[in-house]
Amino acid sequence: MFNKLKPIWLVAKRELRDQLRDWRVLMPMLILTLCFPFLMNEFAKQTVDFLNQFEANLILDRLVPFSVLIIGFFPITVSLVVALESFVGEKERGTIEPLLSAPFDDWQLYFGKLLVGVMTPLVASYSSILLYLIMVSRQNLTMPSASVLTQLFLLTAAHAFLMVSAAIVISVQSTSVKAANLLASFIVIPVAILMQGEAVMLFWGNERVLWLGIAGVTIIALLLIRVGIAHFEREYLLGREIDTINLRWILKTFLRNFTGGATSILDWYGTVLSSAMRRILPAVFFVTLIAGVSIWASYAWIKDNVSELIATATPEDIAELEKSMAEIGELPDLSEIQGHLSAPFLFLNNTRAVAVIFLAGMVSFSVLGIMLYMVNIALIGGLYALFELLGINPLPIFLAGVAPHGIFEIPALMIGSAVVLYFGAVIVTPQTGKSMGEVILELLADWAKIFIGLVVPLLAIAAVIEAYITPSLLLGVMGK
Amino acid sequence: MIETNDLSKQFHDFMAVDGVNLSVQGGQILALLGQNGAGKTTTVRMLTALLNPSRGWARVAGYDVVKNGHDVRASVGVLTEQHGLYMRMSANEYLDFFGQVYGLDTNERKKRSDNLLEYFGLMEAAKRRVGEYSKGMRQKLALARAMIHQPGVLLLDEPTSAMDPESARLVRDEIARLKSSSRTIVICSHNLTEVEALADKIAIIYRGKILIQGTLDELKRNVLGSPEYVVKFSETANVDFELPTGVELISRTATSLKVRVEAAEESNPKLLNLFASKNIPVVALQEETRTLEQVYLKVMAGAKGYEYVQ
Repeated sequence: MFNKLKPIWLVAKRELRDQLRDWRVLMPMLILTLCFPFLMNEFAKQTVDFLNQFEANLILDRLVPFSVLIIGFFPITVSLVVALESFVGEKERGTIEPLLSAPFDDWQLYFGKLLVGVMTPLVASYSSILLYLIMVSRQNLTMPSASVLTQLFLLTAAHAFLMVSAAIVISVQSTSVKAANLLASFIVIPVAILMQGEAVMLFWGNERVLWLGIAGVTIIALLLIRVGIAHFEREYLLGREIDTINLRWILKTFLRNFTGGATSILDWYGTVLSSAMRRILPAVFFVTLIAGVSIWASYAWIKDNVSELIATATPEDIAELEKSMAEIGELPDLSEIQGHLSAPFLFLNNTRAVAVIFLAGMVSFSVLGIMLYMVNIALIGGLYALFELLGINPLPIFLAGVAPHGIFEIPALMIGSAVVLYFGAVIVTPQTGKSMGEVILELLADWAKIFIGLVVPLLAIAAVIEAYITPSLLLGVMGK
Repeated sequence: MIETNDLSKQFHDFMAVDGVNLSVQGGQILALLGQNGAGKTTTVRMLTALLNPSRGWARVAGYDVVKNGHDVRASVGVLTEQHGLYMRMSANEYLDFFGQVYGLDTNERKKRSDNLLEYFGLMEAAKRRVGEYSKGMRQKLALARAMIHQPGVLLLDEPTSAMDPESARLVRDEIARLKSSSRTIVICSHNLTEVEALADKIAIIYRGKILIQGTLDELKRNVLGSPEYVVKFSETANVDFELPTGVELISRTATSLKVRVEAAEESNPKLLNLFASKNIPVVALQEETRTLEQVYLKVMAGAKGYEYVQ
């Protein structure tokens, strides 16, 4: 095992030595590490003083965890440069080929680069945080709890791994530092948004939510590492010499995969679409399983929590609820709502939901897409439980109000989500002999085939039934 | 040993290497000749298990380049077109790093590194950063790197292109020494004189395809025809008689003849006997010098569809 890990350290050690001799890496890191804690401390003080002039009642102590988050993040940004340099920079300088010709396995090279990308910036980042914490203790400010500090240290490490793993994915696919730097904005912008979310969690002060946030960032970082390993091939670092967007090739590859050489629509349905469906069959099985778990979980949660709420509600609670309801005012006219629930409206709404699941899945290796799917499908269990709690037998309502269009709508949602799961699974799996671009185009073609050929028609049928048949059946069941 | 069969590489719509068949034994040097972009580097990269063939197979040092890429890389020393040196390292550090990469222990690394630096005349500059080296020094260091693990197979891209004549000679001598120690060597070069001096086999590649390959003599014979000889007489001679079978008259002057001979060992003695029997005094029978450059230019002219003018 040690012999397998030795090359990782060898690659990292050489690059580390190179980094420490490169003032362009060293100077920004030193400046960010040593100066930023002072700047942040002063900035926080000034902000609190300024806002308190307007009776904001802010205390500096509350800003400490947030400052730690920011101070830890700045040196980490250097990791992006280091990681981009590590593959595409070496390629541009021509130093990558002797290294690639060495008897290293791909994963050893990958982890060597990952380690060096994370190591120096993380050391700088932790040093910066420690410096700031010393300043905090000297100013008699309240130190964040050990648990929050642990969270902040872990979050900083997760950011480093996230950025470096994403940078390596970009770096391996790019052929010049310039192109890689441009693509790096796809890392910086989402990470900046992520930081805002984390800052909100910190100010909220809910540690459980922050743990979930850390878990989320770690999962994405791990998935990116998996993608990096899956698509790290010597071939891509040497096979291409220039970056060009070959729109003709993109279109040709997509269309070739989409049409699959079918001679007619029937042939396309019979061979091309059915073969795409066979490919996603395991994913369909998983989303069915997920659906079952989600429906059961939401049913159980509503049953447990809502009934408990009702049971423990005091007359004051009920009075407050009534007051809130009164504040909402009159509910809109039901006939007005029904006017909006036309077949095209329902169809567009459901199509948009499936498309959003796809888009969310695409940017998160399926994770966000499947989460959205779970929320959608969980509604069934939740509603069922609510009806039961209200003393209404849900079965006839579901048979009349959900089943007729649900027979089409739910499979459409499940198939649409299964493609997303399949998409993520393929991206994180090694695809020998194919570039990442080719893999993505094939997956997009698969998604388009299933979306256009199956999901859209199913949703159209469902919308027509929901708009014109379901209301009558529901009214019939409800005895009106 | 290197063996390839139908070795091909396609990048999207572009066929970089197309059906290359090679066989190089231990103790042989193969020279790959061709224009820039002909497919030499791609072929070498496939032989180093850096690129996977789109079609065909290759075995290097007994290992399949696809199935045993790791073993192939461990058995091969490569001098790449761009030398791939780390500019902030010293030569000592650089060779030590690659020694570690190939799993050599500290003493062995030091010994081999010192020997190579000494041989290539880099010992005095061994502690200087590579960034301060001249182009030739860098090339010698890159060559030393390719040799640090004493590989059984060496793939050398332009091994002497940036060197002064003295250093180039040093490198050629080292290549010849490596050949005599049963190493398999492939050289990609535009220096045809060097190739003539070193190579046992020569392959000319154009647009990814091997146009012709063989020994220098085979190439000369196949491309330029049978060898030509000039027969010089001491006085004016009237050669109006029939020449022996296998000897073709090309041109004549009053005191010389130029002939093409199919089998020199057989025909030349007959020719000399004939002149002797006719009392024509021959002062010299000399083979016309034909170079690899002539072979190369004629092959390329044929490939590009224009007539070769000598």
